[in-house]
Amino acid sequence: MSTTLWIIVGGALMTYLTRVGGHLVLSRFERIHPRVQAGLNAVPAAVLTTLVAPAAMAGGPAELASLAVATIVSLRSGLLAMFLSGAAVLVVLRQFMG
Amino acid sequence: MTIFQGTAARDFRRGGRDGIPALVATFPFALLYGALAVSTGMSAFEAVLMSAAIFGGASQMVGIELFGQSVSPWLVVLSIFAVNFRHVLYSAAVGPRIAGWSLPRQAVGFFFLVDPLYAESELKAEKREPITFAWYMGMALTFYTAWVGGSAVGAAFGRLIPDPHAIGIDFLLPIYFLGLVMGFRKRTMWAPVVAASAVASVVAYNTIGSPWHVSVGALAGILLAAAMPVPRREKGADE
Repeated sequence: MSTTLWIIVGGALMTYLTRVGGHLVLSRFERIHPRVQAGLNAVPAAVLTTLVAPAAMAGGPAELASLAVATIVSLRSGLLAMFLSGAAVLVVLRQFMG
Repeated sequence: MTIFQGTAARDFRRGGRDGIPALVATFPFALLYGALAVSTGMSAFEAVLMSAAIFGGASQMVGIELFGQSVSPWLVVLSIFAVNFRHVLYSAAVGPRIAGWSLPRQAVGFFFLVDPLYAESELKAEKREPITFAWYMGMALTFYTAWVGGSAVGAAFGRLIPDPHAIGIDFLLPIYFLGLVMGFRKRTMWAPVVAASAVASVVAYNTIGSPWHVSVGALAGILLAAAMPVPRREKGADE
């Protein structure tokens, strides 16, 4: 087996382990502690924020403007409208700012 | 593969529709991934196989980047694991919600548990609607087809994109993730959690570097939420 295939198979196994592992480990406990529950409740916002914040810090005016517009739109409408407006602002501003 | 009928068929189609925003947001990345993978020396077949087997955009991007630098294989695998480690948390959160599914269905479902699937499942639970296998698979297969198909197209035609920066391809994912973050803004502790994770991830990104900023940043927000006083009677609130 070539090195590339080895990486793909190894990466796939490890990834599946993360997707099934959390449930397998946590289902061993009969009752979930309220603090664990509170922590789990915070997981999506916490994780997804880490995929936005460093990119925002590294961004220029075009990137920051697109995030600002997208945030405002998201208060009023759904994900797709929010995404398309942010992307539109980004593409237009980048034509001028590089 | 299960053939869905009746209500299940309707759920399946509804899931497919619910997957469209994620599909639109991710398809450009599938193209970009395919193009980059081939340019690092992977064959088109290997690039598509990686998408089909791992099905995790950010981790695949990190994987091919390290692959291009000829880092030792186990380190590449470890990095893929680190980027995808957040799925442990998704798995723990979604597991109880799909406990009614048969074991093979759960085993299949967990394979597809990526960011959009997780986020949409949580939003569905928030609306107190059941997460059916048909709905879940409708969304999963829509998204999976787009990811694997986009990778293939990217691998075949990727070098034809004239200027990826001008069409904003590199910044679409942060916009999309921001939308998901905003979707959770009604949850308790949302603003403090987001603030803590934002600060911690930026600091980690500039010190230890990528991909650890994801784990470190997430942990900061989660620990903050867990450390706050919890209302007594809430123990079974999510059932």
